[in-house]
Amino acid sequence: MSDLKQVNIMLTQLKKKAHHSLPVLRLIISATVIISLWQAIVVIFEMPSFILPSPFSVFDKLIERAPVLLKHSWVTAQEIVLGLLLGLTMGLLFALQMLLFKPVKRWLLPILIASQAIPVFAIAPILMLWLGYGIASKIVMAALIIFFPITTCCYDGLRNTPVGYLDLAKTMGATKWQMLRHIQFPAALPTLASGIRVAVVIAPIGAVAGEWVGSSEGLGYLMLQANARMMIDEMFAALFILSALSVTLYFVADKLLKKFIYWQV
Amino acid sequence: MSGKQAIKTIKEGAVSITIKNGYLRYLDSEEVIFKHLNVNIKAGVWTCILGRSGCGKSSLLRYLANLLEEKVLWKGKLTTAPLCDSKHEIAYMAQQDLLMPWLSVLDNVLLSTKFSATDKIKIQHEKAQDLLIKVGLSDKAHYLPQQLSGGMRQRVALARTLMQDKPIVLMDEPFSALDAVTRYRLQNLAYQLLQDKTVVLITHDPQEAIRLASQLYIMQGKPAYAELLSVPETKPPRDFDAQGAQLQQQIMHRLEQDYE
Repeated sequence: MSDLKQVNIMLTQLKKKAHHSLPVLRLIISATVIISLWQAIVVIFEMPSFILPSPFSVFDKLIERAPVLLKHSWVTAQEIVLGLLLGLTMGLLFALQMLLFKPVKRWLLPILIASQAIPVFAIAPILMLWLGYGIASKIVMAALIIFFPITTCCYDGLRNTPVGYLDLAKTMGATKWQMLRHIQFPAALPTLASGIRVAVVIAPIGAVAGEWVGSSEGLGYLMLQANARMMIDEMFAALFILSALSVTLYFVADKLLKKFIYWQV
Repeated sequence: MSGKQAIKTIKEGAVSITIKNGYLRYLDSEEVIFKHLNVNIKAGVWTCILGRSGCGKSSLLRYLANLLEEKVLWKGKLTTAPLCDSKHEIAYMAQQDLLMPWLSVLDNVLLSTKFSATDKIKIQHEKAQDLLIKVGLSDKAHYLPQQLSGGMRQRVALARTLMQDKPIVLMDEPFSALDAVTRYRLQNLAYQLLQDKTVVLITHDPQEAIRLASQLYIMQGKPAYAELLSVPETKPPRDFDAQGAQLQQQIMHRLEQDYE
């Protein structure tokens, strides 16, 4: 009987351990499955390489064209990160304005919503016209695409401070600004963080879409060029880097946010 | 009715509050919360205001805490003695501990100091540490609130209230979410630490009111009015005894009628 108990305890411990190494293991397993499926499709359906290149030729391209890919990745990464910073700042300021000046909110909110009704892709050509083919127009694209989720999350977070907190601060004689700085803003951070998580995922869309419309460098540009020259394996290589970039960015942001908002479990 | 209470010499700096013919209605509602309300809150002792939920006792407290500005229509006379602007002289303690989850226990105690310009940061730190010793949490100063139990959190809230060092302390059922023994201990602690303050305690628990009140008001009716009840002559916090039990039964009987 006690032996059985011991075995049970050991088993649960083993399970716990397995649980810890699971994320890495899961990643390896799912990558292997996807790659073998991909390879199987290529082999079984005899896909021509200009429709679906085999994963191995994509991998070859990744190594062969590494310097070029790296150069363009750097440009795109800059666009994404700067776009995030710009969008975040704009969103925060906008949300603060709506919170502090009620009449401003009545005027701005409809404009904000209307601005989201116009697809960012549709105004991309205008941005190219105004800001040029360089990095600036892509930064603005990325910022525009994340502006809305950041603003709404920040505004909701600031508006939904627990009433008790505000009452307490009021009885302590806090001014409007002190209330904002010491109570409302920290209380809004967890909500804002979920906005930032969404923003980090969609900002690359803005940057790459901007590159598609008109650019001379960046992963989006590289993909268009490769596509035009039927170098599909290079296109896939760029795509792979782009998704790796986005995923890394998400996990870094997530880690940072968790560390910064230490009181949230 | 009462008047038998041991007459205390009014402590220096203590403030009394008198409400005459109080009337209160929320601006967005037709319903009058209370009317012809007469309450005399004596300086330096605990005044308990007892009533069932929704009788308007919280509204009264929130009005005194100046939290209903521009939200209510108030008529009546509110005076303090010595004359002062009551909104600068109060500390407020609510049913929830209202500790900021992003601040450590020590910083939560220091919250009120963030709102007043001061250069005595070191002195205030020492004062906060002292208060944490008094509430028995000096070893938890750098914990986050969510690492503490409900009773500990309410003790931090008590320390935060004491940090403000105001002559009037308004309490809105601060012990009601705690288990019986924790509540008992915290009542004793709060009573001991708030000795020289004018305390207004709102509660729906007759037992709590009988334990702590030097003056006991009952609020009932619609719109509500307040009536002074007699309390045992012993000094609070009182032990549970037969007299208290009898009084509790009487109060229960009265409150019960309010439901019909």
